Amino acid sequence: MNGFLQFRVRPGEKYGLGLLALLAMMAALYAIFVLAPVELTMGIVQKIFYFHVASAWVGFLAIYLVCFCSLRFLRKRDRQWDVRAASAAEVGAVFLTLNLVSGPIWAKPVWGIWWTWDARLTTTFVLWLIYMGYLMLRRLVESPEQRARLSAVVSIFGAVNALIVYMANRWWRTQHPQPVIAGGEDSGLHPDMMLALMVTLLALTLLFFCLWKMGCDLERSRESVESLRRTAQRHLREVQ
Amino acid sequence: MKFWSRTAAILMKDLLTEYKTKDVLTSMLLFGLLVILMFNFAFEPDADEIRQFGPGLLWMTFIFAGLLGMNRSFAAEKENDALDGLMLSPVNWSSIYLGKMLANLLFLLLAQAIILCLFSLLFNYGIWPRIGWMAAITFLGTLGFASVGTLLAAVSANTRMSEVMLPVLLVPLVLPVILGAVLATAANFAQPPEERVMFFWMQVLAAYDIIFVALPLMTFDYVLEK
Repeated sequence: MNGFLQFRVRPGEKYGLGLLALLAMMAALYAIFVLAPVELTMGIVQKIFYFHVASAWVGFLAIYLVCFCSLRFLRKRDRQWDVRAASAAEVGAVFLTLNLVSGPIWAKPVWGIWWTWDARLTTTFVLWLIYMGYLMLRRLVESPEQRARLSAVVSIFGAVNALIVYMANRWWRTQHPQPVIAGGEDSGLHPDMMLALMVTLLALTLLFFCLWKMGCDLERSRESVESLRRTAQRHLREVQ
Repeated sequence: MKFWSRTAAILMKDLLTEYKTKDVLTSMLLFGLLVILMFNFAFEPDADEIRQFGPGLLWMTFIFAGLLGMNRSFAAEKENDALDGLMLSPVNWSSIYLGKMLANLLFLLLAQAIILCLFSLLFNYGIWPRIGWMAAITFLGTLGFASVGTLLAAVSANTRMSEVMLPVLLVPLVLPVILGAVLATAANFAQPPEERVMFFWMQVLAAYDIIFVALPLMTFDYVLEK
């Protein structure tokens, strides 16, 4: 058995992060709902903004972490890095989904439409599809070693492409007038709103790292179960 | 120099296989025709609508037909473990990638040329005065598409359900190509042609090509190794 399979949990690290995330989350809720003023024109629905922006930030941060871990894996050939990449992708995809779901809920009352193909929305959507492709690929490759290599390569392409999609869309949309967006949402943010946003950013980032850690543990135990099952099957065959 | 002669050998192998079987080109062309047929029934387009939707439709046909063709390029090598033979032959693995990529590029360009002619014929779409620019746009767009597509075809050939895996991975990655190529094509065939817009998007396509020809060359070894 190699060191990889002697999987161990370091509860201190995980629960410490979890506690920090919990505290930051409480602070974020306080800042959003008590401290930050209600926006004049949009009303209460503007409160979505804080979680919406913060989850987008985490979603985009995660794809670059996936890419970084994948590069480390290809260099070092240490399966730990593959586990980290896989788990970051899973958690990142969840956050990006949150972002994509909360966006339309805000957009419908404010813009009057659920969706528009503007640069940021399109990029997020494409990135989400890249996450889905990456996660689907991981499910469809049998051998763990091959899965790690192939998904690492795909994640590098995904991370590079996310940048290009954003630039391409921006050039496209600057050549055409934007249909409904009235001014940037972050133009002239009230200081308390800014504070609420920063606290939420911190809270969701901490939550991400906590979930990432837990995801890594889960992935490791999943793999050791898989390998135990294979060993058991081999022994069974020998007995028969 | 050896690198290039070996790349050419791989390319010739693929061309010869295709010449003997004609699998890839036939399927791409038939698929392209089917899309054009469906387009006609779905929209019953008049001349204005053709002008408006033509570039988008053309590129969607190119992309879907290309997905169909590129799926074969490594799936065929998997049969009888032909890929293992290729890997054992004394060539740099980048040659394998480049040879197969160029073969895919040629198949795609050939299919696209025929689809474009048929499209122009069936819908009375005037392409001839500006065919030179159209060829340049098609080349730039297809180079990036074939380059990423060949690498991902190698990736998806290693999965269960490889026919599904390739589009799921490839389409989000070639979105800048689709966007750039459609806008450049539309600018090229606009009346009067919008040269400035066209050149801008051709530059975007060229930049994409540079990045996404270099990246597969750097990563292909990881895909192949066992």
